[in-house]
Amino acid sequence: MSAPPDLAPLSAESPPKKVATRNAYGEALLELGATNPDVVVLDADLSGSTKTKAFGKAHPDRFLNMGVAEANMIGVAAGLASQGKVAFASSFAMFATGKAFEQIRQSVCVPDLNVKICATHAGLTVGEDGKSHQMLEDVTLMRVIPNMHVMVPADSVEAKQCIHAAAEINGPVYVRLSRGATPIVFAENYKFQFGKAAMLREGHDLAIICMGVTVSASMQAAELLAQDGIQARVLNMATIKPFDHGAVAAAARDCGAILTAEEHQQNGGLGDAVAQSVVLSHPVPMAMCAMDDSFGQSGTGDELLAHYGLDSNGIAARAKELMQRKAKTAGSV
Amino acid sequence: MALETTRRDEIAAAANQVRIDTIRMVHAAACGHPGGPLGMADFMATLFMEHLNLDASNRHAPDRDRFVLGNGHTCAGYYSLLAQKGLIDRDALLTFRKFGSPLQGHPHRNHDLGIDFSTGSLGNSLSVSLGMALAAKQNGWDTRVYSASSDGESQEGQIWEAATAAAHYGASNLTVMVDFNNVQIDGYMRDVMDVRDLRAKYEAFGWHAVDVDGHDIDAIDAALVAAREETERPSALILETLIGKGVSFMENQPGWHGVAPNDEEAAKALQELGAS
Repeated sequence: MSAPPDLAPLSAESPPKKVATRNAYGEALLELGATNPDVVVLDADLSGSTKTKAFGKAHPDRFLNMGVAEANMIGVAAGLASQGKVAFASSFAMFATGKAFEQIRQSVCVPDLNVKICATHAGLTVGEDGKSHQMLEDVTLMRVIPNMHVMVPADSVEAKQCIHAAAEINGPVYVRLSRGATPIVFAENYKFQFGKAAMLREGHDLAIICMGVTVSASMQAAELLAQDGIQARVLNMATIKPFDHGAVAAAARDCGAILTAEEHQQNGGLGDAVAQSVVLSHPVPMAMCAMDDSFGQSGTGDELLAHYGLDSNGIAARAKELMQRKAKTAGSV
Repeated sequence: MALETTRRDEIAAAANQVRIDTIRMVHAAACGHPGGPLGMADFMATLFMEHLNLDASNRHAPDRDRFVLGNGHTCAGYYSLLAQKGLIDRDALLTFRKFGSPLQGHPHRNHDLGIDFSTGSLGNSLSVSLGMALAAKQNGWDTRVYSASSDGESQEGQIWEAATAAAHYGASNLTVMVDFNNVQIDGYMRDVMDVRDLRAKYEAFGWHAVDVDGHDIDAIDAALVAAREETERPSALILETLIGKGVSFMENQPGWHGVAPNDEEAAKALQELGAS
């Protein structure tokens, strides 16, 4: 991946329009339901919040509300998939991957079945509900299971394409979606490529590798950095697994420093994945904007992102620190 | 309609073969779980020989019956029955639990061998079976889904999530056969964690539920016939069994849940079972 972005013409609107990725999920399910009779949808008493309700109204014979019982929901989805169905199962990320981790491993991933776990309300941006609902470990949990595919879309445009990609994949998929409205990053003609990082901005001083709601903040951070003469490359890592090692290695070689940004625990998340890849390909100084082994708290999504250094200011500040380390490292060689 | 004498004898012979194969397989593997398959042999043989629509010719048919072994650790007996129905080579049975064998220590999904699902972690099976049953209903198929479970597995909460949902969705094509032998790894079930009256529990959850003598082939057959005729509710057969049934020194002994017999014990067991 050497060329600057031809695939990400940014929205010209200012301030950008905001839409929740979960809304795109609901729309994508309706599109899939109309074209693929094997698509079935399960929910755990949160169909209004996860946006599966519209599919349920359009296709009541292919919609199963499983009540507040996530482990059973995943098992039933696995049973349906074993008989040829493409089963989408939804709840909040906390419950879908937390309560049902074992069922996802044993009943979905061991037999390698077509279950698509599309979990909403992930991360800090759940907001006021607080730490019990702010799932910050789901990407870690999902990416370590063999056979699983993991996607974290940056906005609603990408989210819709991720859902369609999930339906095409023959095997288990996890898609991480958000509650809050997030800024639109991509133009409507954006083409998501499964398994590939998308370079949203070219730069050679450092690379910011990000996913989900931190992508728009990273783009804003790159603008702030540019005002200080720092040219940041921004890579949108919407597919966490399989992982685009080539894009990360290129970023390390071209930029000499990498910052990651994620609304997720540092342990096991995007930062860890990038660090592992960089260590094996082209080690460079790195820093991570992530949750540092702590739970969240109540507040608005924007307040929380700012508090934990995951907004544009926090990302830009960490980038500058990293640039100083990069300079020292270069000086010591 | 009651089983004809010759048919009952054939099922009893299949059950005895399950016991013989189980002893040979677990002995050859030098590890595994002999007690459960011996106790389950009579109801498993009745299911596989008389009711389950699965054989070598229809293994890949999408609408054939399905079977999920919830208590996956008892799979030696399951593999024996798949061999008796021509889905597994008899020679392969002695590769059980060995490196490179498709006959894993707990079942792994394999359409060629007729193994419908991967199990081994207790509690997951009834949900999966329900999903299979609902898929068949959505497709308008006559498929019946049979799930084996146990008193120990009934301690898992997910079983009761699945039981709730199966009744809610009227999964009348789903039958669970619960091996109730009052034994689990740490001792007698009633000492470790008493699950009490499972028939009453399933009934309270909205199921057609019956207690059955798990060694009375006629009673098992009649209960499976009644389950097939049920059109509104899922069915639960609570089968009272004796762990280690057929081998005197294994019967009702928790110690034989997960220990392989040595050479001498295996020889004695096979002699008691009339193995030639």
